[in-house]
Amino acid sequence: MGATTLRGTSRHDWMALAVRHRVLLSAVFLLVFPMLMPFKAIAVNILIYGLFAVGFNMLYGYLGLLSFGHAALFGGGAYACGIVMTRFGLPWWLGVIAAIGAGALIAAVMGGLAVRTRGIYFAMVTLALAQCVFYLAYQAGGVTGGENGLRGIVLEHIGPLDFLDPVTRYYVVAAFVVAALFALSRILASPFGAAMEALRENEARARACGFDVRTTRWLAFVLSGAFCGLAGAMQALHLGIVPIEMLSYQTSGTVVMMALLGGMGTFFGPFVGAGLFLLLENIVSLYTVHWQLLVGGVFIACVLFFPRGVWGTLLHALNRA
Amino acid sequence: MSDLILETIGVGKKFGRFVALRDITAGFQRGQLTGIIGPNGAGKSTYFNMLSGAFPPTTGRILFEGRDITATPQHRFARLGIAKSFQITSLFPQLGTLENVRVALQAMHSRYDVWRARTRLHGLVEQAGALLEKVGLWPRRDRLAATLSHGEQRALEIAMALACDPRLLLLDEPTAGMSPEETRASMDLIVRLAAERTVILVEHKMKLVMGICDRLLVLHHGELLAEGTPAEIRVNETVKRVYLGQREH
Ligand SMILES: Nc1ncnc2c1ncn2[C@@H]1O[C@H](COP(=O)(O)OP(=O)(O)O)[C@@H](O)[C@H]1O
Ligand SMILES: [Mg+2]
Repeated sequence: MGATTLRGTSRHDWMALAVRHRVLLSAVFLLVFPMLMPFKAIAVNILIYGLFAVGFNMLYGYLGLLSFGHAALFGGGAYACGIVMTRFGLPWWLGVIAAIGAGALIAAVMGGLAVRTRGIYFAMVTLALAQCVFYLAYQAGGVTGGENGLRGIVLEHIGPLDFLDPVTRYYVVAAFVVAALFALSRILASPFGAAMEALRENEARARACGFDVRTTRWLAFVLSGAFCGLAGAMQALHLGIVPIEMLSYQTSGTVVMMALLGGMGTFFGPFVGAGLFLLLENIVSLYTVHWQLLVGGVFIACVLFFPRGVWGTLLHALNRA
Repeated sequence: MSDLILETIGVGKKFGRFVALRDITAGFQRGQLTGIIGPNGAGKSTYFNMLSGAFPPTTGRILFEGRDITATPQHRFARLGIAKSFQITSLFPQLGTLENVRVALQAMHSRYDVWRARTRLHGLVEQAGALLEKVGLWPRRDRLAATLSHGEQRALEIAMALACDPRLLLLDEPTAGMSPEETRASMDLIVRLAAERTVILVEHKMKLVMGICDRLLVLHHGELLAEGTPAEIRVNETVKRVYLGQREH
């Protein structure tokens, strides 16, 4: 055996090892991340939007279903958490559970209608349904606070932990994110994960094998909703309010961009995409109010020249080397 | 004593206003190897697709073991006991050869379990290995399906069809695009499979099926032109006329 093959093999083994321990590696990275970050304030935003993008990626990255309605799942989770805490005076962790449930429930309804369609129709149906959710929240001001947003979500202490301390807050959110990544990793390695792969690879063959395409897509949508709902709860706890903009189509567009920037269908890509997007936004907006122009330009360049996204391109290069 | 595993009653198919298939009434005996032959464009694939549930007929009914399956969605067929291989190779190209078969087996056991490890599913890897062995692909088990040769991909497709242990196996031109050696090997495989289960085989090369089939249906311009044993078909005047002047390729 030649030296090249040997080196190739060992590189391959390293990659396989990294995939096997993807949750642990992600956890370690998130642990040290705030220490590497010059902009500490946005570290927690990166976590939350990264998790949101993880949920989005579940549908787009693994099944190729492009949703333009994921704001409803993210915002829906945030509202559920906020309503449970402010209107019912229940503890924060019940809010988190309610948010996961609400995300999954909204996804179940949206998905029930949307999985019958594909391509641009899928995008349109999800967008339209998310606009319905926006309108509902806007109208039901008595419960949701309407256009002023839902205010007064207060979380100061979690046991002995001071949630007002930014560092502590980061690690609390990071704990939820790591738990979510663990769940994602289980899902990807499960029989259902194999069914998703089969569907993405060849729908006609998957159907002939006995997989029900619609039900598989629907379940993926519901799981995606649960992840996005959790991200929404984190956002509500972090901000202390739920702005109605969380439900707007801009939010749906943002997560599409983040997922594409990072690399669709990669495990950690959503965090890379969210980080890149938020860093760009924060740095560029220091210098110009036209930051969206630049972010848009970077996004277009990325889609044109790195269709696998930043993280996806990196992984691809490592795998081939 | 006739034991029909599959029947089509007055089955027809229109694509828009084009009649691809007209009023086909035929029965398939359990345990037999039946060939569906006819020139290109005769409607063989259309008929095959309806038998395998890819789309429903415009008119008529299809019965499997006496049960009406005319409107049954495709994904139920594997668990009913009907499997097919496509005319155009259809695999999971970026998955491993063994994983292709394992996924097909898994579809029979577990489709919505989101938590257990797929590797824990009892015995699927072993069963997948056995199926690869059967079609001669065991040495190739770790290769990506996309990197297999054409003949190997066809064999893999048959292994995947066998994953649901079908009582009825449907094959659409399994030797399409194969070299003569590959063709011989897969004909041998089909004969071996037909010893264990009912097989319906679509083929436009008449010579190939004459020697191995118990019975033949001849389609032409969307109609059932003739049916009978290979010996009967060989001397059938109408069939001769259709195939005359049309060189086999
Ligand atoms: N999806 C379709 N839409 C329109 N016409 C079709 C379609 N599928 C097949 N046909 C037509 O139906 C006829 C029979 O096709 P097919 O069943 O594929 O023939 P065979 O398999 O015997 O070569 C052909 O004339 C073909 O062009
Ligand atoms: Mg054909």
